[in-house]
Amino acid sequence: MRGGWLRIYAITYLVFLYLPVILLPLFAFNDGTVMAFPLKGFTTQWFVQLAGIEALHGALLNSVFIASVTAALSVLLGICAARASTRFRFPFKAPIMGAIMVPLVLPEIIVAVSLLVVVVQVLDLPLSAWTVIAGHTLICTPFAIAILSSAFQGLDQSFEEAAIDLGETRWGAFKNIILPLVSPGIVASFLICFTISLDEFIIAFFLTGAEPTLPVYIWGQLRFPTKIPAVMALGTLMLVASLIILSVAEYYRRRGVARVGGKDSGGFL
Amino acid sequence: MVSPTAVYVLLLLAAPLAAVVAFSFWTQDFLTIDRTLTLNNYREAFTDPIYRTLMGRSLMISGVVTVVTVVLAFPIAYFVSFYVDPSRKALWIFLITIPFWTSYLLRVFLWKVILGFNGVFNSGLLSLGIIDEPITFILYNANAVVITLAHAFAPFTILPIYVALEKIDRSLLEASRDLGENRMTTFFRVTLPLAMPGVIAATLIVFIPTIGDYVTPRLVGGPDGLMIANMIQTQFLKLNNAPMGATLAVLAMCAVTAISLIFVFFNRKYLR
Amino acid sequence: MSIISLQGIEKFYGDYHALKGIDCEIAEGEFFSLLGPSGCGKTTLLRVIAGFEDVSGGVVLLGGKNMAGVPANKRPTNMVFQSYAIFPHLSVAQNVGYGLRRAKLPKAELDALVDDALEMVGLSGFGGRAAHALSGGQRQRVALARALILKPKVLLLDEPLSALDKKMREQMQTELRRLQRQVGITFILVTHDQEEALIMSDRIAVMFEGEIAQVAPPQELYRRPVTRRVGEFIGVMNFLDARHIDDNSDTVRFDIEGIGEAQISHAQLPSGARAFAPVVGLRPEALSVIYDAPTTPAQRVVEGEVVDLSYYGDMTYYEVLIDGTTTPMTISMKNLAARPVLERGARARVTWDEGSLVVFAA
Repeated sequence: MRGGWLRIYAITYLVFLYLPVILLPLFAFNDGTVMAFPLKGFTTQWFVQLAGIEALHGALLNSVFIASVTAALSVLLGICAARASTRFRFPFKAPIMGAIMVPLVLPEIIVAVSLLVVVVQVLDLPLSAWTVIAGHTLICTPFAIAILSSAFQGLDQSFEEAAIDLGETRWGAFKNIILPLVSPGIVASFLICFTISLDEFIIAFFLTGAEPTLPVYIWGQLRFPTKIPAVMALGTLMLVASLIILSVAEYYRRRGVARVGGKDSGGFL
Repeated sequence: MVSPTAVYVLLLLAAPLAAVVAFSFWTQDFLTIDRTLTLNNYREAFTDPIYRTLMGRSLMISGVVTVVTVVLAFPIAYFVSFYVDPSRKALWIFLITIPFWTSYLLRVFLWKVILGFNGVFNSGLLSLGIIDEPITFILYNANAVVITLAHAFAPFTILPIYVALEKIDRSLLEASRDLGENRMTTFFRVTLPLAMPGVIAATLIVFIPTIGDYVTPRLVGGPDGLMIANMIQTQFLKLNNAPMGATLAVLAMCAVTAISLIFVFFNRKYLR
Repeated sequence: MSIISLQGIEKFYGDYHALKGIDCEIAEGEFFSLLGPSGCGKTTLLRVIAGFEDVSGGVVLLGGKNMAGVPANKRPTNMVFQSYAIFPHLSVAQNVGYGLRRAKLPKAELDALVDDALEMVGLSGFGGRAAHALSGGQRQRVALARALILKPKVLLLDEPLSALDKKMREQMQTELRRLQRQVGITFILVTHDQEEALIMSDRIAVMFEGEIAQVAPPQELYRRPVTRRVGEFIGVMNFLDARHIDDNSDTVRFDIEGIGEAQISHAQLPSGARAFAPVVGLRPEALSVIYDAPTTPAQRVVEGEVVDLSYYGDMTYYEVLIDGTTTPMTISMKNLAARPVLERGARARVTWDEGSLVVFAA
């Protein structure tokens, strides 16, 4: 077997990575409110319970709305920036692109408090879903740019020139040639941004108004031991949903790679 | 083309950051903000032992988390890049990233379940007879925070290192062997230096955000595991002292930036 | 009448002077090549004609019309890109018909035109194929069909054969030439491969460092390069130090290193030259190793040593160091039964064709 010890280490590490994830469905189907072994027996009552919690449904809808708008905005901004950075030279390119990518490494709490300060103290606006969207778009855009840049970069510049040479205007070439070719990247980045926004807690925690997002709602529930099993059930459903979204995103990314005739070189990020 | 994005970032990042810096020089008395510039907040932040302890602990925990995460992640990235069949690399990367699409809050919470007094870890060890009574040094302290964060940031370290390793032309390694180096020395003289950009990226990607992590110290840290982000949150949302919160945020940013720059600088200097 | 007239074309990229006042006339129906080493500006010049690069100075006339301010999509030129740029998300037929989409033709008419274009490049029946499933040579043909279907006044080809393997390249060279004669459109080919340019072109412009060094038909370019650099770039050439002795009514006398005095007729001299460079050129095939006694008494012979040789099967290239000189000369000899291949170190008797000596202007 190749890589002997390394392989054993890798498998151990995977166990470490999966440890919390495996517990999620275990406790979601466990017939007991205490999070400990041994398990008490199989039940689906926690999933049934989810259907009856009004506050949860509100939070879920709120989160989906925020995530959709965030993803749409991030992808739009991402297309502008990714195309500009891969196709054109402009003054101060490196500092501008650097500034755009900063939220990727900035501690989220900093993003959260600075937006809070501006919205509440400086502009004196009420907190709402839109303030969360503003913050989420800020942190999602770099991810969208990263995915879209690789899509734009893989694109031979002569595709666009060929289209123009054959009579298209600049906009026509962009619409008919460039967009279809990067569309898999657009779908993939939309889904990634959607997932990130759906899961983001800190910014939402600081910037959310009267309507909590799903993670903020979950955070509130974690204090009450009796509510935990339902939260586990919710988490399980969310994991399944994330995996479906992710698989779709991966499918589109691969199709994109195949489309421009490249070789596949691993997954996202 | 870049302008809409740049304007957005400018409005929503640069302006707010500037506002935070401005706030850090103001003071607040209950709900009224006093806009006279003062260094009182900074003086307090440097003298009050609470802030000093929290800041020191945050940097310490972030540093330890970074080292642990990067050291644990490197062999994985190396294994996937060098020992996994090319057709199955994507699968491995997919396997590594899947756990991170679970809700972050729940992952942290589940670590609390795993590490707790009668949690999964203790009950497992007890039933195996390895320990007689539950071990307690792994929850509600800094250790728990380190373990949880090392888990949370695993993919962000593995991926950049993996990408750097993938870029290494395999014939370079053969050339090194051909020129008389063995496996080990080839690793240290060729592989590691070429993978360094990935390692540096991984280090920064872990170090910078962890200092601002709020959820993990709050859930598994206990009183001795709290970090600066928890204090920032308290100042803003509980004590209504936004200027002090802003001061702490500015200090945290400065500390992280300074340490990151020093780190990058030393790497540049000693890797040439 | 010239279809393209380039007048004083200048191009700067920042401080870099990419094109330094290019003047050139290209005739209608001509197969014209821009030949030069990489970085000489040939591709930039092609892109200037296509409209992908703005000029920093000078005028491009296309069919007598000034192209200033006319964007690429409005110019009567079409391009075959180095990477072919076959749109990977469209089928072969959709690619070929791409430029006709704006013409809003009835479908049957469009299909007929696409079929004709595909047939012209030998790809009948490929219309339904996905673009990414094509081989390199097929992509090249699709790119040609896609450009030619628009009946451009000028077809621009940017290193179209560089991505093909040797066999396919040779085949496409003949085919491109045939196609050009068939459609009668002006072709402008950019290439760094001098052999390719010689084989295909009616005329060739040799470019170095943003300037045209010489424009001439292939034979003239090979036989009468105007500078040492052009002579070096096209084929192989030996350079011998030479001293101009004197002129008389029909010849000029030179004293040439290794082979002595030579009489060079006025027809052989570069036109309009007042002074001559202190060096003359001699192609490898203008020198020969002789195995028998001189055939005519006038034939002069020098001796030397074979210092190296390359055996090509049909030909042998000898490096012969002529006695009294310091640089070996390259001599090519056809391999015949009566001409045993000389070994390294062997003595060789060498003669030359005085009429093939190339004199450069100073």
